[in-house]
Amino acid sequence: MKFRIYRYNPDTDTAPYMQDYELDIRLDDSTQGKMLLDALLLIKEQDDSLSLRKSCREGVCGSDAMNINGRNGLACITPLSSLKEPVTLRPLPGLPVIRDLIVDMTQFFKQYHSIKPYLINNDPPPETERLQSPEQRAHLNGLYECILCGCCTTACPSFWWNPDKFVGPAGLLQAYRFIADTRDQATSERLDDLEDPYRLFRCHTIMNCVDVCPKELNPTEAIGKIKDMMVKRLV
Amino acid sequence: MVNRVVVGAHYGLRDWLIQRVTAVVMAVYIVSLAGYLLLQTDLDYDVWTALFSSQTVRTFTLLFLLSLFYHAWVGIRDIVMDYVKSAAVRLVIHVLVILALLLYAIWSVQILWGF
Repeated sequence: MKFRIYRYNPDTDTAPYMQDYELDIRLDDSTQGKMLLDALLLIKEQDDSLSLRKSCREGVCGSDAMNINGRNGLACITPLSSLKEPVTLRPLPGLPVIRDLIVDMTQFFKQYHSIKPYLINNDPPPETERLQSPEQRAHLNGLYECILCGCCTTACPSFWWNPDKFVGPAGLLQAYRFIADTRDQATSERLDDLEDPYRLFRCHTIMNCVDVCPKELNPTEAIGKIKDMMVKRLV
Repeated sequence: MVNRVVVGAHYGLRDWLIQRVTAVVMAVYIVSLAGYLLLQTDLDYDVWTALFSSQTVRTFTLLFLLSLFYHAWVGIRDIVMDYVKSAAVRLVIHVLVILALLLYAIWSVQILWGF
């Protein structure tokens, strides 16, 4: 199987380049269920200078997000059988490259932290826990599952143009996760914070985020619901 | 002035909403006008002048054009915000676009009521 992988080591390379690798594996029963990450680890045995992030290897931690044949995704849950050769791997677009497939996620997490991703509730904590009805809890489905891999935000052209000002789909999905939470008391402050031409309204419903999300979440829908709540507040 | 990233202009919702409303106005107008024109068997100068001598048609045409200009303003500002990095250049472009659209609005009135 043929691979083309983006290589860049800022200490030795003046510019990034694409390096070809070949693995002696064929797509048959023996490779059934093998994922791209398995192949990458075999390549790393050939060439241990290749750098990438990985951890849980089952789509839960979000470490091995990368651009796979032009589309962002997680290497650990992308079956080898689904890929066209040569498999072209690049780091997530729109973020500074630290080395090879490793990007600097600082800007991504800065935007995530800016939406205050925690419950704001000024009531004294009850003895056991803050309760929700099953219906109230159901509103968090499709929101809480985000693993912050960065696939959506780095696929978003609006984030590419204004990474310092636009919160991005991942951050906005989490913003709605706390707006939708009945235990949170800061809804109006959260809406105030997002009612901004850059922070929220750079979203032009391009929907790359929905297309690439490895957890099949829908940030565009969440952004639409934030807009609906703002309209409801306005009229 | 220190060079820091500043956000929090607290507008955006109103323009986003107006852009949607103006889109509906334009869609209704275009479909109605196109429908009327397609239904005319012989569409000539007389039919055209008769149509546009009606005050109702002129008024709704002006509403359509004003919707178009406001819609264009929001859209062009969005493009400028995405692609023009210097705030000074953005301001100049915004002012020029607003002036141009205002001129188009005045010109539209002259055309609609000027003949």
